[in-house]
Amino acid sequence: MMNHATFRAIAWNGVWKQNTSFAQILGLCPLLAISTSIVNAVMLSLATLIVMALSNVAVSSLRRLIPHEIRIPVFILIVAALVTIVDLLFNAWFHELYVILGIFIPLITTNCIVLARVEAFAGKQPPLESMFDGVFMGVGMLWSLALLGALRELIGNGALFSGIEMVIPGAKALQVLPEAYPGFLLALLPPGAFILLGCLIAGKNWLDLSVAGRRKTGNKAVNGYAAEKAARN
Amino acid sequence: MTSSPHLRDPNSIPRIMRLVCVALAPGIAIYTALIGPAVLAQICLASVAALFFEAVMLKIRALPVRRFLGDHSALVTAWLIALTFPPLSPWWLTVIGVFFAIVITKHLYGGLGQNPFNPAMIAFAACIIAFPALMSQWPAQGLSLPFEQQLEIIFGFAPRIDALTAATPLDAIKTALKTNADTNIQELLTSQNLYGTFAGRGWEWVTMTYLCGGAFLLAMGVITWHTPFAFIVSMAVISALCWLIDPGRFSDPLFHLFSGGAMLGAFFIATDPVSGCSTPRGRLIFGCGAGLLAYLIRVFGVFPDGIAFAVLIMNICAPLIDRYTQPTVFGRRARGSDAR
Repeated sequence: MMNHATFRAIAWNGVWKQNTSFAQILGLCPLLAISTSIVNAVMLSLATLIVMALSNVAVSSLRRLIPHEIRIPVFILIVAALVTIVDLLFNAWFHELYVILGIFIPLITTNCIVLARVEAFAGKQPPLESMFDGVFMGVGMLWSLALLGALRELIGNGALFSGIEMVIPGAKALQVLPEAYPGFLLALLPPGAFILLGCLIAGKNWLDLSVAGRRKTGNKAVNGYAAEKAARN
Repeated sequence: MTSSPHLRDPNSIPRIMRLVCVALAPGIAIYTALIGPAVLAQICLASVAALFFEAVMLKIRALPVRRFLGDHSALVTAWLIALTFPPLSPWWLTVIGVFFAIVITKHLYGGLGQNPFNPAMIAFAACIIAFPALMSQWPAQGLSLPFEQQLEIIFGFAPRIDALTAATPLDAIKTALKTNADTNIQELLTSQNLYGTFAGRGWEWVTMTYLCGGAFLLAMGVITWHTPFAFIVSMAVISALCWLIDPGRFSDPLFHLFSGGAMLGAFFIATDPVSGCSTPRGRLIFGCGAGLLAYLIRVFGVFPDGIAFAVLIMNICAPLIDRYTQPTVFGRRARGSDAR
């Protein structure tokens, strides 16, 4: 049975240390295309999370039966079967959103995050650990995509949660900035996604470095430049 | 440090930047006479914003603020932004442009000398993509507003009225040709009162002074002749070809060279020593590519002018061009022979 420390390590790994978007920088295609609003980002991440949790359990349970030489095609078949289920579920329950997310739900099959976790983790670990790994990698993707989506939506339109009525009927988008806000189209276009993602990755690295620098210099407050220097030495 | 011989270049960065400002001054004067003091207001606004962002970024990066602020490079970027943005654009548009230039393009890439892209052109590209309508509104032909009114428009105290603004001659001709298939250039030029002596009315003198300013920079040794020469020749050749094929659909070369940002681009933007090429042959290729792309984008694209995108595309290619155009080191054989 899994102990507490393993569980914490898996959770920390998925949510922060090996965060799919900010540390591994995997799955950029859906990340950049879908993160135009929180709702889109969260729903696609949820779909990926479900697929990852299920595929990790499935592969982990079957890991002794899958011949090593043809493991990749087998993994993809398993993932594809699970994606089809999620795809049909989304189509049935959130049809409007399904139309917006479009090709990106079927494309979860080829998402390198899913395959990377199956190959690197689930293929070698017992089912329960694998499931938690899938869930927490998904949670890591979910919060980072939601943050990126929120920033893009806020800067681009001055609103948050636009399109929420497609998930929760009757709910309304939140207009944060005044109505007169002219909008900043660039944030909603792909270059805006790249620029903001770059800033967020830099922000994560800066946080990690300043924490490491603080540990080294004995809780002395350090700025980014000093931390950078400390990390280089 | 490279090996000897060491040559001292008398041009320090502050001196180069001051000379660029001096070279821009006559163009600014004519531009102000054409449009009004709004131009000067934009230049002041952009300069203040640029110095502010520069100081903040230097502070954050723990670099000596006073020393790097004194190199005037932020000022040149600010002036180019103010000259390429519409003079009546609201203050926040200029500030956003300066933010993109100084913070994102310059300092996030490592500061002066490290930026792969021309900061002023990134500012222009970012703003024209984000605010296409505002970035295409130039003061209407013959509009003379008092200074206070121009300031009120820039700082948002007066409503922006569509009648005050119009497209540039370049943009107006393109739009008219696209929307109306029956018309031709000659008809447009006589009916719309766009044409001056040899290019867009009024604009021709502004761009002419940019050309003179560029000649001054050449004479002072700040820039070399390669980039502007190649830029102007390639734009002239491609526009002449199109014009000879169909004078009804394509304007003549003189119009293209002295309209929009062609001269400013050739002498002040494509010659950026940081984001451009550094080998002589590379500079020729860079200028050629920029002139050609600028023409294609301004004639066939959707944006009013193509200088910014052309220069940015060539900026991406600059390291590769430099790599393949390295001059042969003295004493070595030319590339292609094995003997060393």
